[in-house]
Amino acid sequence: MTMELDVFVGNTTIIDEEVYQLWLDGFSVADAVKMRLENGALGECEVSGEVLHSDTMDQYRTFQMCERLLHCPSKLANQLLFQIPAHHQAMLIERYYEFDHMFAREVLGKKLSKGTKKDLDDISSKTGIALKSCRRQFDNFKRVFKVVEELKGPLAENVQHHFLLSDLLAKDYAAVVFFANSRFETGKKKLQYLSFQDFAFCACQLISYWTVGAVDNMMDDMDVDLEKEFLHDLKDLKVLVNDKDMLDQHKSLVCSQLRGRIRVFTEMEANFKNLSRALINIASKLTNTKDVRDLFIDLVEKFIEPCRSDKWTAGDLTLFLTHYTSTASTLETFRYQVIWERYMGVVKSCILKMYHD
Amino acid sequence: MPGKLKAKIVAGRHLPVMDRASDLTDAFVEVKFGNTTFKTDVYPKSLNPQWNSEWFKFEVDDEDLQDEPLQITVLDHDTYSANDAIGKVYIDIDPLLSSEAATVISGWFPIYDTIHGIRGEINVLVKVDLFNDLNRFRQSSCGVKFFCTTSIPRCYRAVMVHGFVEELVVNEDPEYQWIDRIRTPRASNEARQRLISLMSGELQRKIGLKVLEMGGNAVVGYLQCFDLEGESGLVVRAIGTACTLDKISNTYAPASAINPCNSSPSKDTKDSPQAVPSALGCRSTHSSPVHSASSRLSQGFSVSVPTLLFAGMGSGGSAGKEAGPLKALLRQQTQSALEQREFPFFTLTSFPAGFLLHVGGVVSARSVKLLDRIHNPDEPETRDAWWEEIRQEIKSHAKALGCHAVVGYSESTSICEEVCILSASGTAAVLSSRFMQDGALDMDHRFEDLAPPGCGFCHIPYDELNMPFPAQLTYCHCCRRFKVPDVLFTTIDLPTEANVTGKGCLIQARLCRTKKKAQGEGNATAISNLLPFLEYELHTQLMNKLKLRSMNALFGLRIQISIGENMLLGLASATGVYLTPLPSPGGIQIAGKTPSDITYEQHISNMQKKINDTIAKNKELYEVNPPELVEEVIGSPIPEPRQRSRLFRSHSESSDEVSELDLSHGKKDAFVLEIDDTDAVEDIHSLLTDAPTPPGFYSCNTEIMPGIYNWTSALQMFTSVRVFRLSNVNLTNQGLNKVFNDLCENLLKSLYFKLRSMVPCCLCHLNFTVAVPEDELIQVAVTAVAMSFDKEQTLENGRQSCDKTLMKAITENEEQLQFPLELTAESSSNPLSSAKGLSEVSGALPSARAPSVDYSSFTDRCSSWIEQLRLKAHTIRRGSIKTMSSLEKASPLPEGRSRSLRSNRSYAGGSVAVVKMTPLSFIPGTKIIKYLGIINMFFIRETTSLREEGGVSGFLHSFIAEVFAMVRAHVAALGGNAVVSYSMKECVFMENPNKNQAQCLINVSGDAVIFVRESELEATPPQPQSASTQTSSSGEGT
Repeated sequence: MTMELDVFVGNTTIIDEEVYQLWLDGFSVADAVKMRLENGALGECEVSGEVLHSDTMDQYRTFQMCERLLHCPSKLANQLLFQIPAHHQAMLIERYYEFDHMFAREVLGKKLSKGTKKDLDDISSKTGIALKSCRRQFDNFKRVFKVVEELKGPLAENVQHHFLLSDLLAKDYAAVVFFANSRFETGKKKLQYLSFQDFAFCACQLISYWTVGAVDNMMDDMDVDLEKEFLHDLKDLKVLVNDKDMLDQHKSLVCSQLRGRIRVFTEMEANFKNLSRALINIASKLTNTKDVRDLFIDLVEKFIEPCRSDKWTAGDLTLFLTHYTSTASTLETFRYQVIWERYMGVVKSCILKMYHD
Repeated sequence: MPGKLKAKIVAGRHLPVMDRASDLTDAFVEVKFGNTTFKTDVYPKSLNPQWNSEWFKFEVDDEDLQDEPLQITVLDHDTYSANDAIGKVYIDIDPLLSSEAATVISGWFPIYDTIHGIRGEINVLVKVDLFNDLNRFRQSSCGVKFFCTTSIPRCYRAVMVHGFVEELVVNEDPEYQWIDRIRTPRASNEARQRLISLMSGELQRKIGLKVLEMGGNAVVGYLQCFDLEGESGLVVRAIGTACTLDKISNTYAPASAINPCNSSPSKDTKDSPQAVPSALGCRSTHSSPVHSASSRLSQGFSVSVPTLLFAGMGSGGSAGKEAGPLKALLRQQTQSALEQREFPFFTLTSFPAGFLLHVGGVVSARSVKLLDRIHNPDEPETRDAWWEEIRQEIKSHAKALGCHAVVGYSESTSICEEVCILSASGTAAVLSSRFMQDGALDMDHRFEDLAPPGCGFCHIPYDELNMPFPAQLTYCHCCRRFKVPDVLFTTIDLPTEANVTGKGCLIQARLCRTKKKAQGEGNATAISNLLPFLEYELHTQLMNKLKLRSMNALFGLRIQISIGENMLLGLASATGVYLTPLPSPGGIQIAGKTPSDITYEQHISNMQKKINDTIAKNKELYEVNPPELVEEVIGSPIPEPRQRSRLFRSHSESSDEVSELDLSHGKKDAFVLEIDDTDAVEDIHSLLTDAPTPPGFYSCNTEIMPGIYNWTSALQMFTSVRVFRLSNVNLTNQGLNKVFNDLCENLLKSLYFKLRSMVPCCLCHLNFTVAVPEDELIQVAVTAVAMSFDKEQTLENGRQSCDKTLMKAITENEEQLQFPLELTAESSSNPLSSAKGLSEVSGALPSARAPSVDYSSFTDRCSSWIEQLRLKAHTIRRGSIKTMSSLEKASPLPEGRSRSLRSNRSYAGGSVAVVKMTPLSFIPGTKIIKYLGIINMFFIRETTSLREEGGVSGFLHSFIAEVFAMVRAHVAALGGNAVVSYSMKECVFMENPNKNQAQCLINVSGDAVIFVRESELEATPPQPQSASTQTSSSGEGT
């Protein structure tokens, strides 16, 4: 004796947020029922497993039917099949596109291709996120990427317009898209300590200051690519390390500013030339796509690690970078202030964000 | 050539990809009406085509306008092969034919395909120019309004109620054994959809003609059904009540609207024993029906002879007998009016004030027929004759009950192979001639005064000395002048003026009986032999469950009997209430036959205790605390309740001679359940296994729930379907019964769980439909509406109503508040408040109001940022959407539409207007300002990839969602924002899992309306506060 068919359809689509989350998290119906029973979130209602199972099935079916619409969120508002109140629509979309930072961290900078999709099993077992959920998140990345890739205008806003997401989530997606497009290296062992949020912050900086859109968002080019001209101009900064006078002058200016103000002054003084060279080298190499990809690993290896081994504090680093940047502008013979500040502004905030254990 | 139909195809959106190579579609549209077809240009390579066609004009007879639907087919152009159909839209033109309904149909319609379901949407504009010289009115009946609502619709006034109209049309079914046929199911299903659409149109036109003949202008309580007879054909039949309705012209003028509104069923004003609603005007001062006779005299009301005669008798004494001559006199009058009719039947379930005088009881008739014996299957004669027989039987049953009319009348069938059960049931009643004859007005007034409004309908219509069945009569506990029965079963809604104690609840009797597989006549005989037992047991169950809840009356009784190959299913649903005029029911006693054994006695006393406990619990739950005066009933002690039946049994035609069961003598006393009897064990079992509703939930199958008045506007209409497979073939009756009982109970439990967020709430119009689609399958379908109410207020109302200043403050606040406040004037007559000794202020009470939050408006506030985003999204999106929205703007809006749009906008539901749906005839807290026409739609969905679509559940889930979507789209296109009196009349599901196939037919109907929130209504006219208060208190139910 079995229940052959069991459906419940409301004129207003009933959505249980808890079940939605279980569905998004990739739980099977049986597991979801178990979780619901265990959670005891059902309050005083005495419910049998049977009732819960039936309810969960209904909800899962509803979500499956909605999923097609969620792929193009603007459709959800003018489709006729489900009558869903606006606040529920917003919730459905937002939750559907929310992603685990653990997962995003794994995929960050990888090509959003079939090849990567095959690796989802590994990511799933590594992160403990259900494969189903990984697939959804991956497909979301891919979908957003595809839509936004060719669009003009600010990246985060484009994401927001097309997928009706909240500010915060749209910014995270912008980071994911940006990383996927430029294929930044994030998987190296030395970078493992960095979280998704660290990278998202850096992406935001890069998008805001180094892309074409950063200069003029009405330009033909898009937000996803770094400005070629700017990268080319960065070569000019070499003068800061190649010109011995300038390097010395720079060093003495920084030292005079920092004397007594940072704990690692001696180490800084001794290492100044290396540190400065590291930063300038990174800048001058950015014309190569390969080196752009290695931006973060370079920052860590060439700058962050030496500082860390000398036990710089974050405060030390902040002071150093601030004065390192500002004093260069006062150098009489240095003519590239604009480029310099545009470069250092981003590098400084990225390094500071990345400087932790 | 009395009409010109004009259609314009504007645009499409979300079309499916038809060309895999380009991922696009080259769509064009065929517009067909009758035999004329127009085509649009092909709009190449787009999923959002902009045809923006010319106006296609069809010059047609109005007869065709009524019969034919407008057929719109969207196709994908293919240069090399045949064009592929994307899907179709059928548009019923009928609403455009009545001047009072819609004026234009304009909007997005889902494009529907029987295999793929909804595939995108199409924007269409339809208009009709009717030429005015309609003097040849013979074949068409344009302008007759149809309502599914089984009461006088909200914005109308009944001038006259003409009576019963029925019609039946037959056609060959294009496909009845779909799975094994050569023709593709899709082709035959499309043919079927088209045919049924045509047949319904024709049926409606024919009924309309009958109405015109009778001199009416509308059909109320229109009930259309399909019988899929299989080889003998496809029958579409309909019944209804012909009326002459007057539109209440000024919906804003409360004064003129008061009286008709009172008659509406949703008006929740309830008379507590102490208070009569002041809305009745002159009689508002009568504080209690008990004194009504004397006060009426002193006020010198219509001092015509019968009234004097009656009033002079005072209360008590032998009034019952002496009223006889008067009753006879009055009856004669109405009877003569009714006897002119062939069938004095009314499909209405609630009535204009003063129309329903007395209720006798339920009358029903069934007959078993063999479909393969129809001589002329293509002609309607045979079926007409069958129904005629049944109706005659009903009529005679009613007569036996001393009634000349049948109200709450309905007909149904159940078909299994070649056997068909025809059933009809209704409530025998005595009606006032007020709405039936012009000349009888004088008499009416006297008549109206005669019967106290709160209890009059309970008074027996039959002669006490010559009763149709043995019944225990007592004097009415309200007026103490007339006799009332101890139990009352009816198929109608609870009259608004009825005196009720406590709340009501859903009562169901469920029964499943095995039957041997048989063929033809043998089968029919077996079924007709089983039927009386089935009905008897259902009746006993109902009675026991009623007693268990300490109630004494059933409303909205609906008994459904469904036949399968090897079983019979019976399901009776009704809403139990405690009618104050009727005596308090006695308890249930269990007796053993062999009282020798001690353990046995213990077992019995245990059971008895359980039952007593349940009764006590139920009394508390449903607040059934009848006034204590019950004890002092005139002279005699409460008579021992005895069971008897008001259900009239059918003669089973096809069987040779089934003697009518004498129910009254079958068991001496139904409330002594003898435990030796296996039936009794079962009864007790089912009595005690009915799980109580979880806290915060109430349920009923009628329009209104007695005892709950302060509805919020949160409502959720839903449909739930379950199919259960009995894998164990050798089930006993008991086993089967338990399975069926559990199925229904579990379904209810699931509903309660799903709707838990709406608590406190009531499931109204909870209608179960059972079927036996295959050998071992039981199908149960439910459509109902869950409505939230405000619990706290029940207690606070009384206090608030006393404090006039507070009240005023609330009223003033209300105008400033963003969300509408509900009005709960009804609370004034709420039994609770009167119990607190507040009844003396009843005069002032109707102006009481109290705030309650409109939950649906929460969305307004929640929608902030997402709305902004969406707006932005619309502006930046290049191309299609932008153009479309501008097109939509350009389309002319009907008069009423701008209004409905305004109210929709506040809901902020994106670009799709919200359409509410409810099986009730009203929406709490709102006023229906316009009826746009009847919605009557029939869909078939089929699949050959059942597994891929998520199995049977996935398939049916999306189909039901699609049906809802299509209903909403049609309503929105008519300019409406709600469907009332919605029902799913047919849901036939068939599957063949081995072939990975399934098919389902669904038929839905309802009335498309425009409603406005009462709060909005009041905000519009700047009226003095007192006046606006009156509007609300006397207006529609909240």
